[in-house]
Amino acid sequence: MQKRLIPGLSLVLVFFSLAQPLLPQTAAPAAAPASASSDTNARLARLELQAADAKSSADNAWMLTSAALVLMMTGPGLALFYGGLVRKKNVLGTMMQSFALMAVITVLWGLFSFSLAFGSGNSFIGGLDHLFLRGVGAAPDGDYAATIPLQTFMVYQLMFAIITPGLIAGAFAERMKFSAMMAFMILWSIVIYDPMAHMVWGKSGLLNAALGGRFPTLDFAGGTVVHITSGVSALVCALYMGKRLGYPKEPMPPHSVVLSFIGACLLWVGWFGFNAGSALSAGSLATSAFVATHFAAAAAAVGWAGAEWLRNGKPSVLGAISGSVAGLVAITPAAGFVKPMPALVIGLIAGVFCYWMVAKVKALFGYDDSLDAFGVHGAGGTLGALLTGVFASSTVNPMFKDAQGHTMPSGMIEGNAHQLLNQFVGVAISWGLAIVGTLVILKIVDATIGLRVAPEEEIQGLDLSQHGEEGYFWEPSA
Amino acid sequence: MRFEKNDMTKVEAVIQNSKLDAVKTALQEIGVEGMTVLEVRGHGRQKGHTEVYRGREYSVDLIPKTKLEMVLADTMVEKAVQAILGAARTGKIGDGKIFLTRVDEAIRIRNEERGEAAL
Repeated sequence: MQKRLIPGLSLVLVFFSLAQPLLPQTAAPAAAPASASSDTNARLARLELQAADAKSSADNAWMLTSAALVLMMTGPGLALFYGGLVRKKNVLGTMMQSFALMAVITVLWGLFSFSLAFGSGNSFIGGLDHLFLRGVGAAPDGDYAATIPLQTFMVYQLMFAIITPGLIAGAFAERMKFSAMMAFMILWSIVIYDPMAHMVWGKSGLLNAALGGRFPTLDFAGGTVVHITSGVSALVCALYMGKRLGYPKEPMPPHSVVLSFIGACLLWVGWFGFNAGSALSAGSLATSAFVATHFAAAAAAVGWAGAEWLRNGKPSVLGAISGSVAGLVAITPAAGFVKPMPALVIGLIAGVFCYWMVAKVKALFGYDDSLDAFGVHGAGGTLGALLTGVFASSTVNPMFKDAQGHTMPSGMIEGNAHQLLNQFVGVAISWGLAIVGTLVILKIVDATIGLRVAPEEEIQGLDLSQHGEEGYFWEPSA
Repeated sequence: MRFEKNDMTKVEAVIQNSKLDAVKTALQEIGVEGMTVLEVRGHGRQKGHTEVYRGREYSVDLIPKTKLEMVLADTMVEKAVQAILGAARTGKIGDGKIFLTRVDEAIRIRNEERGEAAL
């Protein structure tokens, strides 16, 4: 009790003493005004504390909501989206790949991954200061988010660490052993995600634009960290593991576009938490990111479905929802830096570009990126990261200041052509780390556990061969 | 096994899915009391169609159809055939087919009635 009183009392005293010189020196009944003003000052101090408290509560409410929204993107969002795209004998196996990450990455994050990503370390990786979440409590970390508990920041970032490896699963769908998948994902999270998150968002990170990195890369919500790393790793997986048995001769159409539709719509909604939540506060920047996110998703759906309509004569549902996801991917790095009209442009380009990657380029090279993790996340993420350097606006988010504290231009259109170069550096490092890291991990897992299920298990399907269950159980009496 | 040869015919009709209600009503109107309906896939001369998923074309040549099965006394068969023809025809390829087969015996499981009484 006494301990709590003392800081409060000293605060009042400080305000009192600061206010003293301003007091009129002439008044005869000196005692009365002095005590009145000390009352006022105490009230002011209390009000300031309450105002800060209220802002913190407001920000915290939005950030906890956002964290829940981002978790919803993995389960059920991504699980349904991917689950619908595979053949029905693999629906559970595919959903389990998403769900298992919700469990396992959470454990790793608590033990050491949060520290590796966001602890104070060197330019490439965080230190061990937050091992076992030491020092991660109610107090904010001003370097990351001054108004929310570090614990909120930690759990919000965890949701990103969960969904990112989940995206890769689209590349090796329908043919990877569950055990190998888990080993791969755990290693991938440690070797690629944690360092990449640290480089872009962590203290003293090489690419951190907010905390003075060497190559300040603008990446609001994870264009490089989430989408390029996962998308490019997906391509490496598809190339390394080879095609599914029977691909591309046997038809392998999605077993339920209905499931994929529900999943994609959940992804769209969840993405508001992903992007607007990346403002790490509930103010106008969150609004701006929310709007940009929504506009890009809509324009990309128009772009993809429109391109398809022109080419095939029909706009497909799968095309429209794939387009919206492509737009959400592309706007991710840009969300907190661009105005609504550039967001529309980024979305439209992403929709058409990713359609072309998936429908044309994939067929040209013949790799079996089964659910188009590279075509959407790798390609869309790279496009978005570069376009962020073009369209970033200092009005939306004043990122760069000169020595006098004046706002400097952010993107190329504002006159900062150099930013495009920095974006290239960020993109190149993400690509490089993803390619090399994924190759090494695949080699290790291949040599120890073996990556692929046996051919007869692949024909039987992952549901039965890996989990001993069926997604659609059929029994005459049921 | 010993059974009497009765004058009964099995009518199998493969029709467009969208015509099931019309055919069912037409059959009920002429007094057909029972039928079995199956969801089936198949193709005759009607060509399949293609579906496109993310730019990849899949040809679907087994098309969803509805199949009705009923066993009728021979006196009813021609009326039933006319009812199906009238209700299921659109005049386009893909309207389906009717097959007639002789049936020797029918047995009601509940009370072992046999022959036309079991229909």
